[in-house]
Amino acid sequence: MGVFDCRGVELDGIRTGDGPPLLMLHGAGGPGSLGPAIAKLADQFEVLAPHHPGFGGSPTVDEISSVDDLSYLYLDLLDELDLSGVTLMGFSMGGWTACEIAVKSTARVARLILVDPVGIRVDGRPDCEIADIFNVHPSKMPELVFHDPSLAVLPADMNEEQQLLAEQAKVAAVRYTWEPYMHNPKLRGRLHRIDVPTLLIWGASDGIVTVAYGEEYTSSIPGARMVVIDKAGHQPHLEQTDRFVSEVLTFAQPALAAE
Amino acid sequence: MLLYHFSEAAYPHLPNEDHYSSIRVELPNEIYDPEIGAKLYRERLDEWCLADELGLNIMLNEHHQTATCVVPSIAVFGGILARETKKARILQLGNPVGNRRDPIRVAEETAMVDVISGGRLDCGFVRGVPYEIAPANANPVGQSARMWEAIDLIVKAWTTHDGPFRWEGPNFHYRSVNVWPRPLQSPHPPLWMPTFSASTARELARRKWVIATMSAGFKRTREIFDAYREEYRNVHGAEAPMDRFAFLGLGYVADNDTDARKGAEGLMWYLQTNKVAPQYGAPPGYVSPKQAVAMRMAGSHDLGDLRKPDVDVQTALGNLYWGTPDKVAAQTAKFHEQVGGLGHLLLMGQAGGMSYASTASHLKLLAQEVSPHLEELGRAEAHAAE
Repeated sequence: MGVFDCRGVELDGIRTGDGPPLLMLHGAGGPGSLGPAIAKLADQFEVLAPHHPGFGGSPTVDEISSVDDLSYLYLDLLDELDLSGVTLMGFSMGGWTACEIAVKSTARVARLILVDPVGIRVDGRPDCEIADIFNVHPSKMPELVFHDPSLAVLPADMNEEQQLLAEQAKVAAVRYTWEPYMHNPKLRGRLHRIDVPTLLIWGASDGIVTVAYGEEYTSSIPGARMVVIDKAGHQPHLEQTDRFVSEVLTFAQPALAAE
Repeated sequence: MLLYHFSEAAYPHLPNEDHYSSIRVELPNEIYDPEIGAKLYRERLDEWCLADELGLNIMLNEHHQTATCVVPSIAVFGGILARETKKARILQLGNPVGNRRDPIRVAEETAMVDVISGGRLDCGFVRGVPYEIAPANANPVGQSARMWEAIDLIVKAWTTHDGPFRWEGPNFHYRSVNVWPRPLQSPHPPLWMPTFSASTARELARRKWVIATMSAGFKRTREIFDAYREEYRNVHGAEAPMDRFAFLGLGYVADNDTDARKGAEGLMWYLQTNKVAPQYGAPPGYVSPKQAVAMRMAGSHDLGDLRKPDVDVQTALGNLYWGTPDKVAAQTAKFHEQVGGLGHLLLMGQAGGMSYASTASHLKLLAQEVSPHLEELGRAEAHAAE
């Protein structure tokens, strides 16, 4: 049995804490990339952090092969769990997934938090502005992802099991994001449908999708606001965890106050 | 046993390896001089034409964005040689249909080559090496399933003669497939596939295709061929014919050992010149996560010595045949025995900067002085099988 069962699709993951529901959708790096933010947020929320099919402990599902498919999976999960007033938070590819959910329905979603999301194109030029993580030399990845590249955990530092999880995550990411690479050409034109308060959190040093990309993203979502966190890259929740948690708690204050 | 001449048609005029990050995918084509390239194309085509005149057969392949093989279209070389040659079998090994957007185009191109050549095409399909993923932007996840769907579609396109059919598969979508021309060979050209895997070998046995191993050495080749033979026996209730087995090695024949060794050293270019950036050599999903981690922990490849650019190592493995005609005939006969028999020996007789003159000299001796021994070998086997 997985932690989550969604119409026969069993998903591993974490369900912890007590409070208003917070659905956290991890990025292409896999569930491990959520880091210590889960534990800190579980002090205030009931955190639901499923592993997408093919990542972590969740098996691959043939029929789920795109971010669009993931969005329907999680819409179904919200229905299955009969949740409402959900704070929906997505990281990078998970942020893209959260947007694909929110443009379809926010019936169970009270607010949206996007952390360095991919998923849209902003400049229209053929040389896409989203860094190509599948064709870049592995030695260049740390500086794209981190403000402090020394924080990167390299395969040489991992045991066999960790390497296997990292490799599974890459394969699953390839499956969902290969083409069009890391975006849905139609998503930006649909973002106007998002009708819940939205916060974008961005690492100032993000080399995968830059702050300028984030500004365009923010301007495409009605009423959205962006917070830029210094000394952080693509994963501000890892490099500046306390600041990150503080921004989330401030934004979600109405939900927390209502409890 | 049939003999084939093969060259990757490389562009050998490269800077020192320290000056580039990868010979595959990202090597700037400013290094390529089209004037020199034209001369190289002429030489390679002349070698294949000479092979035809000498009674040898022809093997072609295709790669993309690489100096190691400047043949991004196997169809173009196939078309030229279909017209320019008279008797040779033209083996395309092969068409990378797991990376192709449009399998029907491949069905059309191959049918054209078959018709122009008067039915001399042998059609190989390949999954393609990992560094073909980036140039094709082919998703490595699901590539194998796409390849098999493309193959099934191509075979159906070749063999359907009563007007259009529909194909709405998981990966390819057509509402009116009706290729012109249809192939000359009936029902279609012989089908080939190279593989390193015993499970693919078994699939090929079920389909009765020709199986080829490429520089896999005699040990691995034997294992793969045995898997094929066993499955063939189980499924079809008969021994797999010798003409279902092929091997691609490197070969150079000369009338003395010194010249032959020099030729063999020249062929090592193919193994020496393969600096590949890691992101292209191991795209996620090309192999299973478990295999990818095992390969990384073993230090890149699990191939061991199979890619070591050393004449003596390659000779001992059974990948390289060189020497005087008698010696090469003996090496070949030994390999034939070691792998349990084979019907096609594909030999790379030109690599890197080896000249037309050097390769032509090898081809003449191969055809005139080695080939007769191999025909005898094949006949003896056929007789024994009766």
